[in-house]
Amino acid sequence: MSTSVDFWDYLGTRHEQLLTDAYQHASAVFQCMVVATVLGVLIGVLTYRSGWAGNVATTVTSTVLTVPSLAMIGLLIPVVGLGVAPTVVALTLYGLLPIVRNAIVGLRGVDPTLVDAAKGIGMSRAARLFRVELPIAWPPILTGIRVSTQMLMGIAAIAAYASGPGLGNVIFRGIGSLGSRNALNQVLAGTLGIVVLALLFDAAYVLIGRLTIPRGIRV
Amino acid sequence: MSEPTAPGAAASGATIELENLTKRYPGSPEPAVDSVSMEIGAGETVIFVGPSGCGKSTTLKMINRLIEPTGGRIRINGEDVTDIDPVKLRRKVGYAIQSSGLFPHMTVAQNIALVPKMIGWGKARIRSRVEEMLDLVGLDPGEFHDRYPRQLSGGQQQRVGVARALAADPPVLLMDEPFGAVDPITRDHLQDELIRLQSELHKTIVFVTHDFDEAIKLGDRIAVLRERSHIAQFDTPEAILTNPADDFVSGFVGAGAALKRLNLTRVRDVEIADVPTVTVDDPLQDIFDKLRGGTTNELLLLDKRGRPYKWLRRGDLMRARGSLARAGTLVHDTVTRDATLRDALEAVLTDNAGRVAVTGRRGEYTGVVDMETLLNSVHEMLEADRLDAIEHQHDLEEQRAQLTHQEQEGAGPGPGGPGGAARA
Repeated sequence: MSTSVDFWDYLGTRHEQLLTDAYQHASAVFQCMVVATVLGVLIGVLTYRSGWAGNVATTVTSTVLTVPSLAMIGLLIPVVGLGVAPTVVALTLYGLLPIVRNAIVGLRGVDPTLVDAAKGIGMSRAARLFRVELPIAWPPILTGIRVSTQMLMGIAAIAAYASGPGLGNVIFRGIGSLGSRNALNQVLAGTLGIVVLALLFDAAYVLIGRLTIPRGIRV
Repeated sequence: MSEPTAPGAAASGATIELENLTKRYPGSPEPAVDSVSMEIGAGETVIFVGPSGCGKSTTLKMINRLIEPTGGRIRINGEDVTDIDPVKLRRKVGYAIQSSGLFPHMTVAQNIALVPKMIGWGKARIRSRVEEMLDLVGLDPGEFHDRYPRQLSGGQQQRVGVARALAADPPVLLMDEPFGAVDPITRDHLQDELIRLQSELHKTIVFVTHDFDEAIKLGDRIAVLRERSHIAQFDTPEAILTNPADDFVSGFVGAGAALKRLNLTRVRDVEIADVPTVTVDDPLQDIFDKLRGGTTNELLLLDKRGRPYKWLRRGDLMRARGSLARAGTLVHDTVTRDATLRDALEAVLTDNAGRVAVTGRRGEYTGVVDMETLLNSVHEMLEADRLDAIEHQHDLEEQRAQLTHQEQEGAGPGPGGPGGAARA
């Protein structure tokens, strides 16, 4: 440990590998978020109208979240094998809960008189959903997506356990070689990389919110 | 049925027929609405009024099938709409609700454009229609076009709500307590606006309220409903005020029927007098001469846009040393030609000289109403009502006498009413 290489030197020599890992990390999280968003909003739309179905959806997705991520990936390996597949499945499952819950809460929170008005002026079921209910529920849904993304950033690091992609590999390598010259630097670089990515994503969401939330309902 | 969205002339009202309309909710023994039958003429404004929970709102919502009836038929302009696609039906029936129901994420213009867009109007046509509707409800298109609902006052939101309901020019307009959530002064203005709109558009309006005064002010006919939407009386406001059918109705009419009668007549129905006027642009000397030479000792000074500004009396100018800015008393209150006599009376009573200026649409001077005119009109009105009521009573008695006569002729005790009489 006393001979640990200076952190900046480490970054200087390994930055190419680190950037590749960071890119793969971000790309995995992003793609899983897209899938989780589509699935989560879909589940929300299908269940919010029934008290019973909505509660089941929320309970199931929150149960998923209580499974430790390491165990989840471990359990997925025999089913889907090593590599990218368990990472994607696990991340998508974890990402669902905040989105499903916020979609249901958001859609249920739309003022019933507005739904009544939409019906009354002759909007079809689909028009009501896409032009009134979803736009009004969009801010809470976007918040759900943001929370999910933050969570997945951390969880994605575990994916390296199943030889998945991302900055987790750097961290695991460091942990696996504790005591060696670069061990601490590796853990530190992986962790900081995840934090920086998370901040970048969050900034992107703020921008997306600015662009997609209509001025009339922006707080 | 004529196509209400055809370009060109605005579609005026359609008839509405309700036949034994019934709503039963599962699990409750009594129906919420029990066999309502009613015919509403084209271009008529009908008000459903009744205590809370009497089913008036449910009845209204069955007309555009927001609540599906469990029995009975609905016909609009003779066409049975009980089983057609409800979405199609609703695009022909305007719908305005309490607290406006505007979509907060859309601008005023987007809200108004919704129905025209859904029925496939072209872009240019929609744009000009939005401007036209904003103008119609008294909002400046340039100012309000791109605002969001939360940037509007309650009254303005309600106006936009009405504009949205009327945008695709539906022959029928349903209004569910639309002015229930605004303050009394705004409500009064909105009611006046609705009367003006209706005098231009001649839609068939069905309007739900629990405020009997509102019903009197707006309705051509009023349906007083009791529980389960049973019609206690369906008649003109005058008839209900002077001749309530039973204790329930008279209880609902409340005290002060003579005063309420004043709500039924508008300033335009009484004689509007003229007073000599001058404008602020007239040379001072002319104003002097008019004041001295005129037959009255009072002049109404109008501002640059022809609106009443000040009352000038003989001597006012002298006391103010010839300064128009200081002379005279400011005009505090004016009434429009659509205002009710009650509003006019209120204004006359508070004015220390017992008269009030009448203004046109843009606030310009059109005449003056004074105490004497009001008193005379009210007397004439009450006398006419009394005669009508006597005649009505007479008719009823005659009918009854005829019926008794026929029964005595030996037709036997029929099921009563016209059936029994027919068999005689």
